[in-house]
Amino acid sequence: MASYSTNEFKAGLKVMLDNDPCAIIENEFVKPGKGQAFNRVKIRNLKTGRVIERTFKSGESLEGADVVDVEMQYLYNDGQFRHFMVPDTFEQYQTDEKIVGEAGKWLKDQDTCTVTLWNDAPLAISPPNFVDLAITETDPGVRGDTSGGGGKPATLETGAVVRVPLFVQIGEVIKVDTRTGEYVSRVKE
Amino acid sequence: MLLDWRPTCAIELMRLRAQMLSEIRQFFAERSVLEVETPLLSHSIGTDPQLAFFTTEYCLSPLRQTLFLQTSPEFAMKRLLAAGSGSIYQIGKAFRNGESGRFHNPEFTMLEWYRVGFTLPQLMDEIAELIAGLFSGQPLQETQRVSYQEIFGSFTGLDPLVFSYQDYCAFAEDSGLSEAVAICGHDHAVWLDFIFSHKVQPHLGDNALCLVYGYPACQSSLARINEQCSLITDRVELFINGIELGNGYYELVDADEQSKRFDKELVIRQQQKLAVSVKDKRLVSALESGLPECSGVAIGLDRLLMLLSGSESIEDVLSFPIHRA
Repeated sequence: MASYSTNEFKAGLKVMLDNDPCAIIENEFVKPGKGQAFNRVKIRNLKTGRVIERTFKSGESLEGADVVDVEMQYLYNDGQFRHFMVPDTFEQYQTDEKIVGEAGKWLKDQDTCTVTLWNDAPLAISPPNFVDLAITETDPGVRGDTSGGGGKPATLETGAVVRVPLFVQIGEVIKVDTRTGEYVSRVKE
Repeated sequence: MLLDWRPTCAIELMRLRAQMLSEIRQFFAERSVLEVETPLLSHSIGTDPQLAFFTTEYCLSPLRQTLFLQTSPEFAMKRLLAAGSGSIYQIGKAFRNGESGRFHNPEFTMLEWYRVGFTLPQLMDEIAELIAGLFSGQPLQETQRVSYQEIFGSFTGLDPLVFSYQDYCAFAEDSGLSEAVAICGHDHAVWLDFIFSHKVQPHLGDNALCLVYGYPACQSSLARINEQCSLITDRVELFINGIELGNGYYELVDADEQSKRFDKELVIRQQQKLAVSVKDKRLVSALESGLPECSGVAIGLDRLLMLLSGSESIEDVLSFPIHRA
């Protein structure tokens, strides 16, 4: 992998820091008029998701990280691993729940999601921003109440629980924003 | 067709710049300070290891010479002072290689002025007057004057004049800046730059001009060592809203001392394998012939314009920053 100087640190660049793959978020050149130049860098650890700030002496360099985002189809969960496939090549990848994390509750078989690969091994899973999922369990609501006020919990086919309006019923398909975990609308079949 | 032919600054900013320049010229005209011009191209260049310069080639066949683009007009202006110019100012371009960022462009506009017979406190008064005038449309809070030792101590609990490796390391660890230990090593000046720029500077001059004076002697540059305390130097820096705007000195007039500092910096440049600089012997000769007692300061006008316009990046106040130049 190539190495990158502080001058090349752009948002999105993937580098190795403390043996973990990281993504540059922000890079600020700091130089007193008569003093040493530094780069103050905001960086996300792609393994833990944590954002840290780190200062480098200008001109220092970091090793690039072989990290790519690949669109894959989620296949199934075998109880131990989740399985994904690259649609074009049929190449398959498996991950454990630790890596799937929060994304797991939005993954429905055959849906497309983004798998981040580090040295060709899954590092993180990102669901689409919006998913359509069927309700498997919720209290019977009041028919005719379309106000949306109040709301109630509903369990979805993937196991996720979201708050839905009172009029939404078991068996209906709803659209959910995975970034906020909030109900967006009903989906007409 | 290239899409980036347009300026990065708004037309309004060009007007604001023109207005700022005219107010500055008015300010100095009222005080009978003479506007001068000195060359951008020069046979010699500053030796400061922290300043990277541009070189270019002068071809007058069969002559081929390396010339330098000035990093500041300081040396040439001091030669004018030694020749008896009296108080002078200049608005011009300065060039610093490798400096690019939200507050840096490798080519920038500098205002530099020298006041014959002024002490540093007198120059600080004049700086405050100039800045207050420029900000008259959006008045600043009262100007703050604070010593480097006091302000450094108040934000860090450390003494900047006495280097304690253990204390500095402990402070870095406690402040989430443990990387400083590897970066700064046992170099007091680098430690000061690191801690000052991370932990002190961001707090300086909240909607006010903050003048920090009495820099540690290891950061003396071209300033005189203070008569009462040899640990500090008669140097002042200007800050508004945490942004460094300029740097002033009670000027060193001792030719021997100046020559020694140049030689010391040339050695450091050699040790650090930096580009070879050529010592300005004409400046040393001018000092030998006699530089009048004076104080001088340089202010980055692009940053000043950023503050006057509330801009986030230097690109917002430049017509064509380096990547579009």
